[in-house]
Amino acid sequence: MTTATAQPQQQSPADAALQRRMLREMLLIRRFEEKAAEAYALGKIGGFCHLYIGQEAVAVGVSAALTPSDYVISSYREHGQALVRGISARAVMAELFGKATGCSGGKGGSMHLFDAEKRFMGGHGIVGGHLPLAAGLAFAIKYRGGDEVCVCFFGEAAVNIGAFHEAVNMASVWKLPVLFLCENNRYGMGTAFERVAAVTDVVEHACSYDIAGEVVNGMDVLEVHQAARRAIQRARKGGHPTLLEVRTYRFMGHSMSDPLHGVYRTKDEVEEQKRKDPIHQLSHRMLQAGTIDQAGIDALDAEVHAEVEDAVKFADESPDPAPEELLRHVIAD
Amino acid sequence: MPTITYRDALNQALREEMQRDPAVFLMGEEVGLYQGAYKVSRGLLEEFGAQRVVDTPIAELGFAGIGVGAAMGGLRPVIEFMTWNFALLALDQIVNSAAKMLYMSGGQLRMPIVFRGPNGAALQLASQHSQAWESWLAHIPGLKVVAPATPADAKGLLKSAIRDNNPVVVLEGEMLYNTKGEVPEGELLVPIGQAEVKRAGSDVTVVCHSKTVAPALKAAEQLAGQGVAAEVVDLRSLRPLDESAILASVAKTHRAVVAEEGWPHSGIGAQVVDVIQRDAFDELDAPVLRVTQADTPMPYNKQLERLAKPTPDKIVAAARRVLYLD
Repeated sequence: MTTATAQPQQQSPADAALQRRMLREMLLIRRFEEKAAEAYALGKIGGFCHLYIGQEAVAVGVSAALTPSDYVISSYREHGQALVRGISARAVMAELFGKATGCSGGKGGSMHLFDAEKRFMGGHGIVGGHLPLAAGLAFAIKYRGGDEVCVCFFGEAAVNIGAFHEAVNMASVWKLPVLFLCENNRYGMGTAFERVAAVTDVVEHACSYDIAGEVVNGMDVLEVHQAARRAIQRARKGGHPTLLEVRTYRFMGHSMSDPLHGVYRTKDEVEEQKRKDPIHQLSHRMLQAGTIDQAGIDALDAEVHAEVEDAVKFADESPDPAPEELLRHVIAD
Repeated sequence: MPTITYRDALNQALREEMQRDPAVFLMGEEVGLYQGAYKVSRGLLEEFGAQRVVDTPIAELGFAGIGVGAAMGGLRPVIEFMTWNFALLALDQIVNSAAKMLYMSGGQLRMPIVFRGPNGAALQLASQHSQAWESWLAHIPGLKVVAPATPADAKGLLKSAIRDNNPVVVLEGEMLYNTKGEVPEGELLVPIGQAEVKRAGSDVTVVCHSKTVAPALKAAEQLAGQGVAAEVVDLRSLRPLDESAILASVAKTHRAVVAEEGWPHSGIGAQVVDVIQRDAFDELDAPVLRVTQADTPMPYNKQLERLAKPTPDKIVAAARRVLYLD
């Protein structure tokens, strides 16, 4: 295992334009998720709906380090990654609404967002089940002699399941170009990680499989970005996998019907974490540096707000899938 | 026409498809250096190299999922399970990932992957190594399931499976690997979803597949000695199921027995009986009977094991009952 101490403030090459883009993307996710919560309350979205509020810096920081031909695969808390991968807010919201215009034609829903063209290889609903798929995508890259990488987002709870260990082991043995990106938000639904994990520092598992590992502050988008760049470079140059433990926090309940706090975490804890809000951190930094002013932030916010409003309108007005869609795509022609 | 073993027929299929398409690769436990636990992959490592004949750790869930991911990335993986008993560990990937990927992605991601290996009982391998999984797998929309009984069908169905753009489960048999049969030279593709009448007859239909085809043919031979002409219908594919072949035979014989290696509850035979009662009710002259494994885990003891398995004698007895001869 190699560890690198990230010092983004001193080392960050991110220029004002990149920071501005990151701020916009984080705001887009935040406003999108707030609207999704509203739509859920109105019954426009059904089933499970796992919001990303609080974790925006992770998807945004990583995504900015990728090229369009890289693969991204994620768990069921993937609205944010889908949006920053370039799937339109319209197509994501329409999928949440179950509409024909959704990015999975209304047949996937919140947990199964796909856009093969943008190399967003899904939202997957079984905890840890997509880690072997990520290794498989990386296997295909290496098989073809390509220089793409595959980034796999998963929560810390997936570390306790066998699929994690099998996938990481084989990725290391075969030197596959994959970044295992653990979003450690500390709770698997209502179970604190330390209650169910013998090793609570996820990054320690990198030692077991002889791959690079780093711990990153997931509330700092620049730090996430730098660490992701290092990991992606390792993968792209030599096919060396990395386990990145990004320490983040979910400001909302696990899914829509789950409490924000209560038996498993305190209100004080949530409030404390909200003071580390990744959007506030970046905007504060940019204000300090003079790369944006408050009017500029307000303008960005208004812009993404309008984008999300438009997405909701689009989703609402879009048609349901035709009845014959029920039987389509069970078997390929 | 050359006579070769079922094992060599599968080997030919793999070799020919790997020669034909560089996206095809084989992955599994002991497939490379060891030449395959049952020698199906003999010589492939030497011909195609370690990148295309990939030895894995004992991690069925992991390498099945890596196969699915590789298929998402445009390759055509053939995933070998040393036996289907171990594939139970990979069921999440077969069912939740492979079978549903096309559907839940709204048609964006095809899944051209083959999962193959020996299924069902061999000899005295006891409870955990002697199980027939076809009813579990054929239950799943999005999968195709084939179960060849002869070397020619093994070759032709495996080649079709590798060229299919869907996940295809190929159920082989440890007891079949050494059996011999004629396999035509040159290109051989057996279409998925087509049954075959392995012996024609007019008095009773015996529906079977995979390892119950041989006992069904033996039973038909015994019945012939008793003046009964049995028709043996080898399903070959379990999903899609060739319903018209079953119905055509029953329309001729008006009586049917379904033999399988699986347990009786919710088995393949139950599905076949459903087809017959629904679409050939007026043709039937007797209730359809089933011959299955005993509704128990497989015992180790040889005598008990024989009692548990479907045998020619059991098929003969069932056929005589549907003919009201006993």
